[in-house]
Amino acid sequence: MDPELVSRIQGSPKYQELVRKRTRFGWLLTAIILVAYFGYIGLIAFNKSLLAQPIGSGVTSLGIPVGVGLIVFTVALTAVYVARANTEFDRLTREIVEEAGQ
Amino acid sequence: MKKVFQRTVGGVAMASLPAIVMAADINIDGEQQATNWTAIAMFGAFVGLTLWITAWAARRTKTVSDFYTAGGNVTGFQNGLAIAGDFMSAASFLGISAQIFTDGYDGLIYSIGFLVGWPIIMFLMAERLRNLGKFTFGDVASYRFSPTPIRSFAAFSTLAVVLFYLIAQMVGAGQLIRLLFGLPYEYAVMIVGVLMIMYVLFGGMTATTWVQITKAVMLLSGASFMAIMVLAQFNFSPEALFARAVEVKTGLAGAGGAAPAEAAAQGRSIMGPGNFLKDPISAISFGMALMFGTAGLPHILMRFFTVPDAREARKSVLWASTWIGYFYVLTFIIGFGAIVLVATNPAFLAPDGGLRGGGNMAAIHLAQAVGGDVFLGFISAVAFATILAVVAGLTLSGASAISHELYATVIKKGHADSKGELRVSRITTLALGVIAIGLGIGFEGQNVAFMVSLAFALAASGNFPVLLMVLLWKGCTTRGAVAGGFLGVLTALVLMILSPSIWVTVLGNETAIFPYTSPALFSMAVAFGTIWLVSVLDRSPRAAIDRSAFDEQQVRSETGIGASAASVH
Repeated sequence: MDPELVSRIQGSPKYQELVRKRTRFGWLLTAIILVAYFGYIGLIAFNKSLLAQPIGSGVTSLGIPVGVGLIVFTVALTAVYVARANTEFDRLTREIVEEAGQ
Repeated sequence: MKKVFQRTVGGVAMASLPAIVMAADINIDGEQQATNWTAIAMFGAFVGLTLWITAWAARRTKTVSDFYTAGGNVTGFQNGLAIAGDFMSAASFLGISAQIFTDGYDGLIYSIGFLVGWPIIMFLMAERLRNLGKFTFGDVASYRFSPTPIRSFAAFSTLAVVLFYLIAQMVGAGQLIRLLFGLPYEYAVMIVGVLMIMYVLFGGMTATTWVQITKAVMLLSGASFMAIMVLAQFNFSPEALFARAVEVKTGLAGAGGAAPAEAAAQGRSIMGPGNFLKDPISAISFGMALMFGTAGLPHILMRFFTVPDAREARKSVLWASTWIGYFYVLTFIIGFGAIVLVATNPAFLAPDGGLRGGGNMAAIHLAQAVGGDVFLGFISAVAFATILAVVAGLTLSGASAISHELYATVIKKGHADSKGELRVSRITTLALGVIAIGLGIGFEGQNVAFMVSLAFALAASGNFPVLLMVLLWKGCTTRGAVAGGFLGVLTALVLMILSPSIWVTVLGNETAIFPYTSPALFSMAVAFGTIWLVSVLDRSPRAAIDRSAFDEQQVRSETGIGASAASVH
């Protein structure tokens, strides 16, 4: 890529906005999924009996809604990212590309 | 007759089970013959269909780009299904349902671990990969790094991961074919090997993608049908299903000679995490291998180059994780369904009390229990196609490691023509097929799930740290990435050999030198630490080039300007 083009894009406020927003959003969501998953793994590592505890008087244990909930949460979090990326980030990207005359 | 068994074989009746098994066994061999013909017909139809797809794809596979990435013309939805297809491998479907069948809740830990890697890929890597790459992850890493060393590493780590993953799939396929057709294991593995070579050789990525999509749709429908049939027996109440499963497990424990209180505790134990991960370090290390391994699997990374742009890459991850998540919920129900319907039915049990055809066959037997011989044939054919398609995808990424990383860049210094590269990758495919057949036969007795977790640990310790640092850290240099990547993979390999699963179980030593289930916690620390330390200390002229090219790499990875476009047909 042309070095002049690189520095021009880098200097663009929109590019800086995109990089800042996307990086922050990406790491925020990464932190959330890490806490959720390693929180779950931590329960398995240190407190197995909590997950084995039955809910109410039935046999279904607490671990089942927690585990299935984590699966749903993972997919939902991914969808949250896509929703923002497909609108806001894509719009910014398009503007940057247009500005750069590409 | 099946219905009678399901109803009568409760807790107390379990004691007389062995006698029933002996009597029923004679019947079954006669029955099994008929089952085989239905299954064979379904197999024939399915293999025929996939071969037709391959032939169709072969006509469209003319360039290197077609061969590796289906010309970059796959849509996000299609690619999501194909990724899900790659991921819902024999280990996932057969292995996890079998794990639930044996230990109950523990199987869910596997499922969640396999799934949570996807958000990481999405938030940090998928779009950047698509914008930077062309065919392989080596393309991404060598964007600003010296190509020869970084591609040598890419080829090494890709082959290491692919090989361990391949062995697991070949062993699973061999056992499945042996159970259904009564073929000797060696022939079964050879059939898988030959079919796999044909798919990859003639169809390349286009064929592999379409075989994956077809199979993903059929596997999802089949698994949905099984789960619905299981739940229907309990008026769609999971609580009733779980209660019955606990009752069955309690009965089995009682029949095994446990005292009533102990039997009840054993029955209850399937509802919570059990003995699968004994100590905290193993649990965390294993969790890391599954989560970060996903983000380093070469055949998964390669799929991001089959879509036209970053937007489609994003869509593919969302579709993939939706299907995979849904599939794992189904697997959970299927596993518990197998406890209720398979463990209580002597027709599915071997004389020694285990499952006929080996522990991995729980889902296959459940298919017969809920849908009869035709559905058994369907699920078996789909499971077989699953293995074939995954193996084909793996072989393809292995072939690309040799032809694209080593031949085109390291040996030919970037001057290989498309034709030569294609020839080398086809020769490699053939060689990998032969090696996979050999290893599949050699590792017959190995635990399939363990081999897969080893592949994940290797990917988490080599490809993942290198990729993440290359994409996100400006200070990373060629030396740092190569040193850290190699050391990470080697540490993982050595610790695996010293761990209980190999050192004690396979090599027969008294105690394991490395006491934990998975090496990822340690080998990932080694990889990241080495990359950081070597990069920081690197004062070579090359390091200056590596660092100064980061800005350009970042502009392209963020905006997609200059990214390779889809080829036009």
